[in-house]
Amino acid sequence: MDEALHDLGGYIAAALPQDVIGTDVAYGELVVRARATTITKLLTFLRDDSNCLFKVLLDITAVDRPEREERFDVVYILLSLSQNQRIKVKVKVGEDVAIPTASNVFSAANWSERETWDMYGIYFSDHPDLRRILTDYGFEGHPLRKDFPLTGRVEVRYDETQKRVVYDPVKLTQDFRSFDFLSPWEGMSDVLPGDEKARADEEEEAEGA
Amino acid sequence: MSEVAIKNLTLNFGPQHPAAHGVLRLVLEMDGEVVERADPHIGLLHRGTEKLIEYKTYLQAVPYFDRLDYVSPMCQEHAFALAVEKLLGIEVPERGQYIRVLFSEITRILNHIMNLTTYALDVGAMTPLLWGFEERERLMEFYERVSGARLHAAYFRPGGVHQDLPAGLVEDIYDFCETYPKFLDDMETLLTENRIFKQRTVDIGVFTAEEAMDWGMSGPMLRASGVPWDLRKSQPYDVYDRMDFDIPVGKTGDCYARYLIRVEEMRQSLRIIKQCLDELPDGPVMTQNHKLTPPRRGEMKHSMEALIHHFKLYTEGYHVPAGETYTAVEAPKGEFGVYVVSDGTNRPYKCKIRAPGFAFMQALAPLSKGHMLADVPAVIGSMDIVFGEVDR
Repeated sequence: MDEALHDLGGYIAAALPQDVIGTDVAYGELVVRARATTITKLLTFLRDDSNCLFKVLLDITAVDRPEREERFDVVYILLSLSQNQRIKVKVKVGEDVAIPTASNVFSAANWSERETWDMYGIYFSDHPDLRRILTDYGFEGHPLRKDFPLTGRVEVRYDETQKRVVYDPVKLTQDFRSFDFLSPWEGMSDVLPGDEKARADEEEEAEGA
Repeated sequence: MSEVAIKNLTLNFGPQHPAAHGVLRLVLEMDGEVVERADPHIGLLHRGTEKLIEYKTYLQAVPYFDRLDYVSPMCQEHAFALAVEKLLGIEVPERGQYIRVLFSEITRILNHIMNLTTYALDVGAMTPLLWGFEERERLMEFYERVSGARLHAAYFRPGGVHQDLPAGLVEDIYDFCETYPKFLDDMETLLTENRIFKQRTVDIGVFTAEEAMDWGMSGPMLRASGVPWDLRKSQPYDVYDRMDFDIPVGKTGDCYARYLIRVEEMRQSLRIIKQCLDELPDGPVMTQNHKLTPPRRGEMKHSMEALIHHFKLYTEGYHVPAGETYTAVEAPKGEFGVYVVSDGTNRPYKCKIRAPGFAFMQALAPLSKGHMLADVPAVIGSMDIVFGEVDR
């Protein structure tokens, strides 16, 4: 199974050497790392090439890694019915960079891209209708970004005197708690707390010698 | 006679409409009685499931899956359980796998009863609903006996299923399999050759195979267009590869073909259920690695280690090795997938839920274009939409 995936990955990389950065196989799944600027070319190739025929675009989503400079991985999940294979295409994009839309390659991409825009704020250029899709009309922010608070920023209630729904900033009766479950043994460095000087002495000696 | 300019009418359908199967707001541009353009506004049931899961341990994430497509809860837990098991690299004991397949198929019948009977109601037949829900209640009783809950079961967990089957359940499910075909026959006498039902469904909302693939269809929506594709056959998980069953495939790709496929799928599900009951092996139903699955209550009364495992499991949970997977199952509605990204901690770094209904909802625009307004509920009903999974 893995062998076939490696072969397929090699085939794709050889066919489009300019557009594919690399391929990986993990947990029996093939991942193709690609460039944002030429993503439609790669997707068209994957859809039409007789060895691929990935005709079903299942989903488009993103992974947010705020510590990275290009913080988003946009992931395209494709399925080939005739080859009975799955493939994931991954593209790195930064916060202010637009990525070409895939909606002219797959009709199904339209809403998936709207959702990715809504949830992560990744802009798809030339998209026919890039509106928010899941969040409220007039919503601000992109909820699945790691820096968006779990509790959100506004809450709604019906105001009896104004006879309408009003938006207020979120008020928490209890502070939001997030526990760190990394065990002290796993998360520990070899420097004891308060013992930083011991290491400094060693380093000085090393420099002196 | 002078020419009269006719302006297109914009019609707001929903968000509270019985034929919308939930909270769908549909903005329809009408040319008289004909739909020119349909613009579904979804997200009215958005609860932020994916964000919430990022803040929960893997075990705490399981009940969220019941609340996506709330008429077929166990199939969705199945997708999540398989994904986490893949990342953890664990095997489920055989009995656990059989029970999962058994309950996946019960779930399929549960879902199809709900869909077909409410669909019949949408297009004007009330009796199937009244009959079907009696059968549905029997299935939910099985749910209750095995998990304690009629709907939100949280029964399939990473590592297996939570509890073994209680005594007598196997016989009762067998009895159900014996009597259920009678209901199916009765329902078919009411619908399959019914003139009104056929007028409302035949040649309505037609997709060719190419279009269906392009729009990301799966499940009965794809098979109705003549594509023989079912993950239970093509990428079998658990013990589906040992089951003997057929996949019904439609020819016409219209609403009527989808109805016929769902009816036949229920008959095939019965076959799978019977095979599971006949072949059900003995043994544990969950992985015996107690770093991942809870110890038995009795064990905790005398074993310190079991007590520690229990405490650790329900506070910290387990740490899943870093990696990512997209794992999908053939849920009753279509391909339900989860894309889980783990960073090595006890909480998923990301969990994207690929719901079949999301793609179906998007296809409402091309499917209803050019049809009459009254056909829109027929198309929505045949797509088997549940807003829990569309909006997440």
